[in-house]
Amino acid sequence: MTELTDITGPATPADPVAFPQDRTCPYHPPTGYAPLREARPLARVTLYDGREVWMVTGHAIARALLADPRLSSDRRRGEFPLLSPRFEGVRDRRVALLGQDDPEHQRQRRMMIPSFTLKRAGGLRPAIQRIVDGLLDTMIEQGPPAELVSAFALPVPSMVICDVLGVPYADHEFFEEQSRRLLRGPTAADSQGARDRLEEYLGGLVDAKARQSGPGDGVLDELVHQQLSQGTLERADVVSLAVILLVAGHETTANMISLGTFTLLQNPGRLAELRADPALLPAAVEELMRMLSIADGLARVALQDIEIDGTTIRAGEGVFFATSVINRDPGQYDDPDALDFHRPTRHHVAFGFGIHQCLGQNLARAELEIALGTLLTRLPGLRLAAPAEEIPFKPGDTIQGMLELPVTW
Amino acid sequence: MHIEIDKNVCIGAGQCALTAPGVFTQDDDGFSMLIPGREDGGGDPNVREAARACPVGAITVTDSAAAEAQVE
Repeated sequence: MTELTDITGPATPADPVAFPQDRTCPYHPPTGYAPLREARPLARVTLYDGREVWMVTGHAIARALLADPRLSSDRRRGEFPLLSPRFEGVRDRRVALLGQDDPEHQRQRRMMIPSFTLKRAGGLRPAIQRIVDGLLDTMIEQGPPAELVSAFALPVPSMVICDVLGVPYADHEFFEEQSRRLLRGPTAADSQGARDRLEEYLGGLVDAKARQSGPGDGVLDELVHQQLSQGTLERADVVSLAVILLVAGHETTANMISLGTFTLLQNPGRLAELRADPALLPAAVEELMRMLSIADGLARVALQDIEIDGTTIRAGEGVFFATSVINRDPGQYDDPDALDFHRPTRHHVAFGFGIHQCLGQNLARAELEIALGTLLTRLPGLRLAAPAEEIPFKPGDTIQGMLELPVTW
Repeated sequence: MHIEIDKNVCIGAGQCALTAPGVFTQDDDGFSMLIPGREDGGGDPNVREAARACPVGAITVTDSAAAEAQVE
């Protein structure tokens, strides 16, 4: 599964390839994307409904287009391309931040950035360390073996984002399940129902916070007692922001912890190197983000004709960004399929680029450094408890990560 | 070296402060700002990398000579 020959096949500038596809190895792009890797910087792909859209595959052009205001993120536009039929059920919903264009996007983002600066993320490190230590204490007490997704990878970011937002962690089973159905439910109705239940739950929480005279110190408390009470945000906006922050705040990081651990265990040379020199941790986290590109299919729609690289993207056409392919552009990264903690890995687009670049990226970096670093230190004998090829991972039409990760030590 | 930060487009991603922490920081609103005393970049080789890392192109770096010529 790590044979690179599998993913760098011969050039076949034939029919548009299907997008998205399931990965063959969870930390490499799908083998079926080989034609996309040959067709830089732009290719054509076919979506589930037969629609053809543009696929951005080159690194430089991806940065230019992700920063281009002529590409819209507003999924309520009829021509906005969807990754999966399940999202038809939530197409009409107000999606804060990542579903907004400027100037509304900028207005919302500016309310959020003071809570997600590098300094804030740094200030959360002791709390993150306590959460990580507590979960590992329990796991070690009860094992070996352990199922790392449920015992560690999911609860770490879930507890952290509850703490940051002011959401009671006691409700985690409910919101983790709804989040899973929203992002991976089998049908559009499933996804729609999950979104309804999340909005209802977080709406109730927002109302309860509004009734409190002494606000708590979470981000949602700040939104309620500053923006909502002053009328700068409507209740529906606050609820929409809460849904996005809660879902994006735990799903993505959980997947990076599980898939990052799996990748390190499958690359024992790099794992030994990291254990011998913990100062490599920030670079290792950055390189894992480039390599794994878990949000592998960012969508936009063109508002106007865009001339780029001798091609015209027409108004109304869909444009996708395959981050797993962009982050392995040999024009930007030497030997791009290799996991290398010493390469200049900066400028990857795993967090996106342009105005929508991940709001929580510095919190994510802090969580990943502490979670992976502490896991490797506390469990020097950590290894897979099942054959690697039998461990299930997520399908291609959602955020990439492990479904389960049986480990022992 | 002359560094300009356009706070009208800054989205507070923090890439500048992460890439060149000796020159850039974030103010209380989350916007990029130059660390007092390091407004000229202090010869930090990461300043241009920080400008390139900015997802919205909010940072412009010019040689001092070029900046002075522009003023004239």
